[in-house]
Amino acid sequence: MATEAPPLAVDAAASSAAAWQWNTPPRAWVPLELGALWRYRELLYFLAWRDIKVRYQQTVLGIAWAVIQPVFMAVIFSLFLGRLAGLPSDGLPYPLFVYSGLVVWQLFALALSETTSSVVANASLVTKVYFPRLVIPLAAVSVGVVDALIASGVLVALLVYYRLPLSPPLVVAPLFLLLAALSALAVGIWLAALNVQYRDVRYTTPFLTQLWLFATPVVYPSSLVPEAWRPLLGLNPMAGVVEGFRWAVVGRGALSFELLATSVATTAVLLLGGLFYFRRLEQSFADTV
Amino acid sequence: MAEEAIRVEHVAKAYRLGPQGPRYRTLRDTLAEATSQTLHTLLGRHNGRVRQATGRDTVWALHDVSFTVAQGEVVGIIGRNGAGKSTLLKLLAHITAPSRGRVGVRGRVGALLEVGTGFHPELTGRDNIFLAGAVLGMRRAEIARQFEQIVAFAEVERFIDTPVKHYSSGMYMRLAFAVAAHLEPEILLVDEVLAVGDAEFQKRCLGKMQDVGGEGRTVLFVSHNMPAILRLCPRVILLDGGRLVADGPAAAVTATYLRANQRLGAERCWPDLATAPGNHIARLRAVRVLDAAGACTASVDIQQPFAIELEYWNLKAGEPLIANIHLYDAQGTYLFASHDNLEPTWGCRPRPAGLYRSLCTIPGNFLNSGRITVHAAVGRWNPHAIHAWVHDAVAFDVIDTGGVRGEYPGPWAGAIRPYLEWGTRLAAPLDSVPATAAVSEVRR
Repeated sequence: MATEAPPLAVDAAASSAAAWQWNTPPRAWVPLELGALWRYRELLYFLAWRDIKVRYQQTVLGIAWAVIQPVFMAVIFSLFLGRLAGLPSDGLPYPLFVYSGLVVWQLFALALSETTSSVVANASLVTKVYFPRLVIPLAAVSVGVVDALIASGVLVALLVYYRLPLSPPLVVAPLFLLLAALSALAVGIWLAALNVQYRDVRYTTPFLTQLWLFATPVVYPSSLVPEAWRPLLGLNPMAGVVEGFRWAVVGRGALSFELLATSVATTAVLLLGGLFYFRRLEQSFADTV
Repeated sequence: MAEEAIRVEHVAKAYRLGPQGPRYRTLRDTLAEATSQTLHTLLGRHNGRVRQATGRDTVWALHDVSFTVAQGEVVGIIGRNGAGKSTLLKLLAHITAPSRGRVGVRGRVGALLEVGTGFHPELTGRDNIFLAGAVLGMRRAEIARQFEQIVAFAEVERFIDTPVKHYSSGMYMRLAFAVAAHLEPEILLVDEVLAVGDAEFQKRCLGKMQDVGGEGRTVLFVSHNMPAILRLCPRVILLDGGRLVADGPAAAVTATYLRANQRLGAERCWPDLATAPGNHIARLRAVRVLDAAGACTASVDIQQPFAIELEYWNLKAGEPLIANIHLYDAQGTYLFASHDNLEPTWGCRPRPAGLYRSLCTIPGNFLNSGRITVHAAVGRWNPHAIHAWVHDAVAFDVIDTGGVRGEYPGPWAGAIRPYLEWGTRLAAPLDSVPATAAVSEVRR
């Protein structure tokens, strides 16, 4: 029994005369113990499955909502920004330009908001059972990924409509979706941990996300940003992701390697810091949530 | 002696209490605090740590508690509300961290701190079995293997593909317990699961608990049900005010506890809304035992009706609150529960926020004589929730003044002593009919 069971908490030997697992007062620096996450992968799967399954329950349109939102946003942006304001779109049809950006942006925005509220939303679990708390935000990201995959269907339809050939870079498009999910996680675990103690976070996140949309080349191309400011743009993890995804999907122009590298580096730093921050605060989640 | 499975070393746990109780802080609080700390530092005074040590806003749930439990031991943990029992289990389950000392466990831990952990109302019974099983730490294969047994144990075969939000509370409870009961940890922590559910359900839980104890697993069992504790646990630990005050054979420790309980009075008040027992929806303000004239009393005449009064705040407008009381005798036997759900004005109805007073009248010639302890609670049904629950809220003595006993002088057995109507007649004189006919006559 003991050998097949996932050992709890700290790493325990697999034998039944398992090693002592100690619960000690909170420390400032807690090892990440990502191995524990692997042992709890089934829980991760079930929580993600629950979130996805429950999301569109008791709605009439169901999963269609995943498509409706980005499509409507794309229509509005195309009308006001593409048609009326005449924003440039790197020579692409504006609807395709903005929708390709929105697919990956919506992944980020949804995953971010789900992650931010995830620990508080699962308070009943946090106060009643032990498992590596990082499982919670990780599972929350999945909702955004599933919606983005569904919304991608329309993107393919748009490519066909505008008679754009499917280009080789398309195979790396999923990588950019993954990168968007990681960016959401990187920011989200900070906010999720903060939200446990300060519910203010819940109110600032939607606002923050809206501002962030306009700081990201979703409705405008990065070429619109003055040359001198471009490196700064990369500090926004989503800038590289959106540009990269668009490049992969429509297969036009060249990807700015610099921009992408800066974005990836920012994500990595945020993610690593967030993991440690989360681990530090998780020690008191059950008391403060 | 067998190897140790649990080691608790000088454990203390402090909770920080804000002005609104142990709620979360707002950013403003922290900013204000940080500003004042910076000012103090600039002015050369001491900062945060001193403030923490003064501890005016910290509550110690546990104080320097130490003990060990051997592998395979079944230990009961008893104590009044707020004695630190649940905190202790949470520390053992690694849900929360101690403030001082350390807690060690050896082996896979399963914690049943609540019935229905991990359940999601929108999902079907089938889905919830897998979800709750995973949450409790079971492997998918393990759950799949035991799936049929779990469903059979819960007796929900027909509804297994129905969302659990459509279940009756009894079915929900049975399914939730069935999942938990099939968890196979080496160390099992059980908190008060038996406080909910009907008698049949409680019996089933106790039966399952006994099985678990018999399988050589280490079990820690928190309960207020003294007969259950005595039946299941050879060893009992008594906590009081966060301190371990007794640890030893069950009979001796439970006796100590029940004796200590006699200090309970006939009235308990929590005048301060912030610290009164309850949550953000309802809080208890007072519990009283009142005689027929409405005066607070610690001893009631066995022949006279009396009342138990609950005073509580409804803090959330529209909440359909249900006040309830639970009576226990001196042996810890659960006598009965009574709820105000059928109360004509407010029973089960959404109530405006405010202070409520619910009076439950208990007839004379109903309880047996002796010491009665009352647990008081405020909750709601559908969905079921307990907002405020105070164990051992008040106690009183039922004074034997005769009544039902009539001329009989001896001790009167049984948990209650109700005055029931009897009808007796002479069915037929013995010499009027043959013996066999007399029997059938009586039956008729």
